[in-house]
Amino acid sequence: MYKSLADAIRDAEASGRSLAQTALALESKDQGRSIDDIRSALRRALVVMRNAVERGLEGDLRSASGLVGGDALLVAKSHAGPMSGTLFSDVLARALAVQEVNAAMGVIVAAPTAGGAGVLPAVLTGLARDRKIPDERVIDALATAGLIGAVVAERASLSGAEGGCQAETGAAAGMAAGAATEMLGGTPSQVGHAVSLTMQGTLGLVCDPLGGLVELPCVFRNATGAALALAGIEMALSGIQFAIPVDEVIDVMGEIGRNMDVRYRETAGGGLAATPTGRRLAKERLVQIRTARH
Amino acid sequence: MVSLLDIIGPVMVGPSSSHTAGACRIGLLVRGLVGGTPERARIELHGSFARTGEGHGTDKALAGGLLGFRPDDERLRDALDIMEREGLDFSFEKTTLSDEAHPNTVRLTVERAGQTATVIGSSLGAGRIRLSEIDGYPVELTGHLPTIVLVAADQPGSVARIAGILAEKQVNLATMRLTRKERGGDAFMVIECDEPPGDPARDAIADLDWVHWVRALDKVGG
Repeated sequence: MYKSLADAIRDAEASGRSLAQTALALESKDQGRSIDDIRSALRRALVVMRNAVERGLEGDLRSASGLVGGDALLVAKSHAGPMSGTLFSDVLARALAVQEVNAAMGVIVAAPTAGGAGVLPAVLTGLARDRKIPDERVIDALATAGLIGAVVAERASLSGAEGGCQAETGAAAGMAAGAATEMLGGTPSQVGHAVSLTMQGTLGLVCDPLGGLVELPCVFRNATGAALALAGIEMALSGIQFAIPVDEVIDVMGEIGRNMDVRYRETAGGGLAATPTGRRLAKERLVQIRTARH
Repeated sequence: MVSLLDIIGPVMVGPSSSHTAGACRIGLLVRGLVGGTPERARIELHGSFARTGEGHGTDKALAGGLLGFRPDDERLRDALDIMEREGLDFSFEKTTLSDEAHPNTVRLTVERAGQTATVIGSSLGAGRIRLSEIDGYPVELTGHLPTIVLVAADQPGSVARIAGILAEKQVNLATMRLTRKERGGDAFMVIECDEPPGDPARDAIADLDWVHWVRALDKVGG
């Protein structure tokens, strides 16, 4: 796959194709698989994503510690918020839903990781429903998201243990923003700006889960990651051009991750995990997991 | 080379690709080494597996893998109950293996139909795994391809003979690694194949009188 989004954007523009088509053609060549075969794998991923959204919105799932679950339904049913009933609120609920399913050992697509699995389905399926976008275009968007994620994996990292949450929900938000921008008719260059405009807002984000579990704040950070993606899409489709090239934004995310103290890289040694309440909850809830078992 | 489908995937039971999906894959490979679900398993968790394994369902995922469930199988959630219902004796404990061990490491000692195996495996992140030791032999087994493992007397020509059998059976080799505990002792061979080797190839290798033991392992991911 491409190691530079600038290269992918240049190739797409030169050939008059979308980034999705450009990425699918290269993946087909790299892996020796037909484009139809790759698209059917992506179609299966989309089915799992939609199922996870629906399952989470039922609202009855709880995580191993009991710390998360049921909040997706709270947002979906709410009439109290300033954006209740809008696309924005629907996308938030979908992100929470998938991540609640993940925390409760349900089936998700790790895209790019399990800890950041809520962002991409929330943004893509939320927009697809709102704009009545056919599945084939959502599948194209998944290919574009895969291209963006592959470039991030190559140039920076997709692991919270290596790069903090900017490498998980931050990368997921960049992938979702770029993919959705193309799905909504944006040009390859606008896709690049959507990724930059979104990821600039997640630079430095630490990975600080209570007790080291993929629960809190992970569930909520998927929702705020999806919100940032919507902001990036809105700005890019309005024509905003971010001055720092997208590959450089991705590079600096990797650099910040490498310089990030180990306490902020999935070790539960810093951030929210190390607050007095974070420590107390982690201790109490881990005991609870053990008692529930025996 | 990063594949687009590595990024949009895998489909898995949550919550963690390393602590859940990777742990399940380790269980699946170990199951393959004894040819089916073990009756007894002593499972020793090291590092982050010991510290956060319970909250991540690492114990359920390992047990589920030993039961033959794949990383996307929802039965993983109930694997400990299923294990008890089937009367299997799997026990879990925490340990410290060594300072150099990867943070997500487990040692499994399993027994099935009179056969035993002791295996050290690590989950490297994003669901990728590596078994690093089998019955005291240093190995490198990732399960990303169908794999033949065998123990044979270490004698001249053994590698060529086995490669010859696989060529006769039209099995294309990806990698072949041989390790031994000492010179002239038995050797452990790990042979990764591009496609499943099939029973005839495995049986032909097992028929060699200097081969003590052979198993064909299904690919478990990637």
